[in-house]
Amino acid sequence: MKFSGGVHPAYHKDTAGLQIEAMPLLHRYVVPIAQHLGAPGKVLVAKGDRVARWQPLSEPVGFVSVPVHAPTSGTVKQVAALPHPLGRPMLAVEIESDGEDRPWEGLAPLGDWRTLDPAALRRAIQAAGVVGLGGATFPTHVKLSPPAEKKVDLLVLNGAECEPYLTADHRVMLEQAAEVMEGVGLMMRVLGVSRACVGIESNKPDALAALRRACPADVAAEFVLLETKYPQGSEKHLIYALCGRRVPPGGLPMDVGCVVQNVGTAVACLEAVRDGLPMTERVATVTGAAINVPHNLRVRVGAPLLDVLAHCGGVTPDVGKVIFGGPMMGIGQFDMDVPLIKGTSGVLCLRDDEAVLYEGGPCIRCGACVDACPMGLVPSAMGLIAERFRFEELGDWHVLDCIECGSCAYVCPSRRPLVQHFKRGKAEWRDILEERRARTERDAKRAETAATA
Amino acid sequence: MLVPTVVLSGIGLLSGLGLALAARAFAVETDPRQEKIAEALPGANCGGCGYAGCGDFAGAVVRGDAKPDDCPVCDQETRRLVASIVGLTVQDRAPQVALILCQGGDDVAAKKYRYNGLASCASAALLGGGDKLCGAGCLGLGDCQRACAFGAVEMTPSGVARIIPARCTACGQCVAACPKDLIKLVPAEATIHVLCSNHDRGPAAKKACTVACLGCKKCEKSFAEDPRIKVADFLAYIDYEHAPVDPALAALCPTGALVYRAAAAPAAERTSS
Repeated sequence: MKFSGGVHPAYHKDTAGLQIEAMPLLHRYVVPIAQHLGAPGKVLVAKGDRVARWQPLSEPVGFVSVPVHAPTSGTVKQVAALPHPLGRPMLAVEIESDGEDRPWEGLAPLGDWRTLDPAALRRAIQAAGVVGLGGATFPTHVKLSPPAEKKVDLLVLNGAECEPYLTADHRVMLEQAAEVMEGVGLMMRVLGVSRACVGIESNKPDALAALRRACPADVAAEFVLLETKYPQGSEKHLIYALCGRRVPPGGLPMDVGCVVQNVGTAVACLEAVRDGLPMTERVATVTGAAINVPHNLRVRVGAPLLDVLAHCGGVTPDVGKVIFGGPMMGIGQFDMDVPLIKGTSGVLCLRDDEAVLYEGGPCIRCGACVDACPMGLVPSAMGLIAERFRFEELGDWHVLDCIECGSCAYVCPSRRPLVQHFKRGKAEWRDILEERRARTERDAKRAETAATA
Repeated sequence: MLVPTVVLSGIGLLSGLGLALAARAFAVETDPRQEKIAEALPGANCGGCGYAGCGDFAGAVVRGDAKPDDCPVCDQETRRLVASIVGLTVQDRAPQVALILCQGGDDVAAKKYRYNGLASCASAALLGGGDKLCGAGCLGLGDCQRACAFGAVEMTPSGVARIIPARCTACGQCVAACPKDLIKLVPAEATIHVLCSNHDRGPAAKKACTVACLGCKKCEKSFAEDPRIKVADFLAYIDYEHAPVDPALAALCPTGALVYRAAAAPAAERTSS
């Protein structure tokens, strides 16, 4: 099935043919404590401590929280607020490598997932700090723990990789196909589902063939080649394309019986259980016209951006913009001191003439954004409202259903910064809702005291 | 000619009679005090009290939900008048003005990236806290100016907001509008202010802005016995309960974060107009 809307940007998947290469050990790593959605963990180390590779640097506080681990052995140089890819300095542990890469003695491999209890698997996945590698970095064990009233019957494996330029997932599917499918089996066991669906865009038929070949006999997976269209990798659109179910507004995939996981996450779950290995590395695509030697890199979490760029031959003199993630939803970086983190699926280096800053013009009511919006919203009207700061009206236009995919801004002939409007609008609308809730509560309390008095 | 005139006049008379009867039949009982209070209030509908406008606030005072002196814009006289209408008394309150605790315009404050989105501070602040290298600084896109119902906020040519004390009624709308929490209500008679909100250590603060408070404690040391100026977490702050008045103090500051300004005129004549 095809979802309505969406766009066809130039895909630039030039690195699809490059084998994943492991990044050599660096002298220094900066590991932010907050690399996931949810509560940041509690730091376990202090300045001067010696740490080993895979040793936990923080412990989770609460259920929606995961630890981070040391990417190599060495000494803790400082625990301080350091530059973070999200823009604001955040608490991070800086490690000076001792070059030994000595493993931590506390690693606890559980062995074959087929013989293990789902609760034990879930615990191992949280302890390993596994988060969704698609970019949103939601803790995986939370997604794998649907509440009892939600009947989940389908695991969806997201191999769409619809963002232009990025090829990390593509390479993982080709080179680690067996591990991906083992990971799928593992996650099916945790969820207690008997069906899995693998969705891959039609520009990667080789990945689909590799996964199908590698699928173990006891993992019941279907493989579906999907239309190549952005944002095919969005959870809601992937589910619709695969099985025709529509996630309700404000709902989650589990409301329609689905759980969606990225291919890299599947491998990470397998490694966490089979080898007891925490998530301290990921595959990231370093690409773009302004990088000298593009790579698909297996990079340790916390590697400073400058070192990663240097390993790829450095940037050309006409570099105009460096983006973490893809060009549609990635985050532009202004500080080259930031580290790559668990959610960094790619580093995109654009030339100056590619990274043009447009002055947004007035809306000409052409409706191109309405056709492009994969969520069926009306970005033109919402943009006009947000521009006039009338945020209390945005709720009627369902601004909270915007997935910030950028399709509207991509097609806008007037170059309006629509996604920025909606990001602001969502924040303001949430504040308004919160205020209304507080007021209703206050009024109810007042009525109660008046009644008793 | 005659017939249409008579017919139209007749329709007019009939409708008028209908309206008059309807006004009687469906009359809404209002407390006469509410109207009196609404008349006494400044009538700017600024929302500084937290109600939808002056009329709404007047109703709240009559119902007893709001106190007569909850209007931040009224002068002392009006406050007393409002209180007397509902048979209450109010305490005298020192007049206040808003103050923007930043003077980091583009000429003195460094930027970390080029921002070209919606011209609103709150939007810019979503992108890594804004384009200023200083994490605390004024983003200069005028959210406070738009929030002010009295035209008391101006943007300087270097792109930092400034309050015009003669117009400020201390309604607090700008305080709520600033995403960087840079605006504070201070006593109008205070003359010495720390116009910086940066808590970074000296070198980092200096790199971000040449008029930043470095936390050097020069001002604090000159008042060793006195709690009027203290430095905490690399930022000086003034205890406005016992605000210092000596203009020489401002000259001590090596960066100019500490400033002397003539006391603002009392709010009385500003609100009566």
